[in-house]
Amino acid sequence: MGKVFKYGDNVDTDVIIPARYLNAPAPEELAKHCMEDIDAEFTKNVKAGDIIIGGANFGCGSSREHAPISIRACGVSCVIASSFARIFYRNAINIGFPILECPEAAEKINNGDEVSVDFSTGLITDETTGETFQAAAFPEFINNIIEHGGLLPYLKARQEVSE
Amino acid sequence: MGMTMTQKILADHANLPSVKAGDLVEAKLDLVLGNDVTTPVAVDVFEEAGLTKVFDKDKIAIVLDHYTPCKDIASANLCATARAFAKKHGITHLYDVGEVGIEHALLPEKGLVGPGDCIIGADSHTCTYGALGAFSTGVGSTDMAAGMASGENWFKVPDAIQVVLTGKKQPYVTGKDVILHLIGMIGVDGALYRSLEFTGEGVAELSMDDRFTIANMAIEAGAKNGIFPVDEKTMEYIKDRFPREPKVFTADEDAHYESVVEIDLNTLEPTVSMPHLPSNTKKAEEVRGLHIDQAVIGSCTNGRISDLRAAAEILKGRHVAEGVRCIVIPATQEIYLQSIKEGLTEIFLAAGCAVSTPTCGPCLGGHMGVMSAGERAVATTNRNFVGRMGHVESEVILASPYVAAASAVAGCIELPCNLPEVN
Repeated sequence: MGKVFKYGDNVDTDVIIPARYLNAPAPEELAKHCMEDIDAEFTKNVKAGDIIIGGANFGCGSSREHAPISIRACGVSCVIASSFARIFYRNAINIGFPILECPEAAEKINNGDEVSVDFSTGLITDETTGETFQAAAFPEFINNIIEHGGLLPYLKARQEVSE
Repeated sequence: MGMTMTQKILADHANLPSVKAGDLVEAKLDLVLGNDVTTPVAVDVFEEAGLTKVFDKDKIAIVLDHYTPCKDIASANLCATARAFAKKHGITHLYDVGEVGIEHALLPEKGLVGPGDCIIGADSHTCTYGALGAFSTGVGSTDMAAGMASGENWFKVPDAIQVVLTGKKQPYVTGKDVILHLIGMIGVDGALYRSLEFTGEGVAELSMDDRFTIANMAIEAGAKNGIFPVDEKTMEYIKDRFPREPKVFTADEDAHYESVVEIDLNTLEPTVSMPHLPSNTKKAEEVRGLHIDQAVIGSCTNGRISDLRAAAEILKGRHVAEGVRCIVIPATQEIYLQSIKEGLTEIFLAAGCAVSTPTCGPCLGGHMGVMSAGERAVATTNRNFVGRMGHVESEVILASPYVAAASAVAGCIELPCNLPEVN
């Protein structure tokens, strides 16, 4: 279970991790500046297990994988949004970081609510209001990548099987 | 059912007779690209996974363009990591200071990308090469690492939006105005997960540089890629550059398009995107007079020779307004040299512009033109997000080279036709 930090539509990768910090790409460095240009207090308040909720087109803009890396390095357990920009979506999956597409949850869950997520079923529960929401299930291929912890471990495991 | 151009290229590279929207395919790659920001992260991923070999040293391009010439020790370390990797694996196409250009201007110029190719790049504007009739898309560093190791990548076959261009552009209207107008029409997620397939008689009216600019900003509408048909102009461009046999794909007559958008080039006016989204478009006419502190003419969107010619046409015999900093950045060494040969660089210097070696620099608030709180730039770049060019309270207005140059002269947003005649 984690506390929700809720933002609006089109949260871009420049506000998730501004380019001025990309010259030091270690996850713990990126974590210090996550969401800085949209919410200067975020890194002070976020705790392990917390959840980010965004509106439409979360993660639009640059292809920087630093964006999901910085979010994960802050301890955030997942991002829920009504939709994701495709490169961010791909990057999150590829590093094995769970993201859930669920317009209803993105709309109805309030900032600061306590929320739990069952990743095996995609069930999102707002523990503050008692409401539940069903996120879209991942295709099997993508589930496999997440379960292996990312694209490279997945490709490696598959290579070993074929050998 | 028929296939779009994008779908045909994916089917070809996945060695399948046909594909349809929604299919997950593994496609062979003709080129894998990374820059000084994304390559070091890919190198870490590559090495942590215990990978030891790249699939083809000739099909990887590493372009050190974002923070170069290195702005600080941290960025120098990134370049050192990328260089060491390139050396270790014998990567043929490493472009470093002195030879480097902004990746998406450089790769077509060097003939590394061409019609029918399937390309990934760890940079969101990799979609630029769609101008040449290639499938080309931006990915992250993990995809780059996987691509470098295997020469393949997984793709969800996209549905498509057909953009039908008709008519002919008016003076001072450019490819930039076409793409800003389109993004204004459909929104920053209007083409999410889809390809933007440009067609219509209006395509023939667009120069290759116009097409590069348009395909470049497909990502700003959320698109997976943007793609143009291959015509005489494409073949003329690749002649003497592209050493491989071009593969020309055309969309089937009965290809499925989720929607069709029409743009009449005749009626298009100079267009700008106001802070803080590329979709926040207005006719430049509507925001004339808005004060600016800086003008940036360059980037992977608009740093090509025709962009510099457009800016020079406006700046010739004129001077940048007092209090405005005008920064001109030719996108590649070849463009820089051409700009000198044609006398454009002299025009810029006489007009009071700073002319820089090729770099992405200010576009992403990296260096060479970062703004302070409360400042506003007009820029030929591609993004105007909060804090994109510096302080979180600075602003970027996206525009064509004509409007950026005219605004630099006027000290506020201005159209070329409203500038006083040069004596």
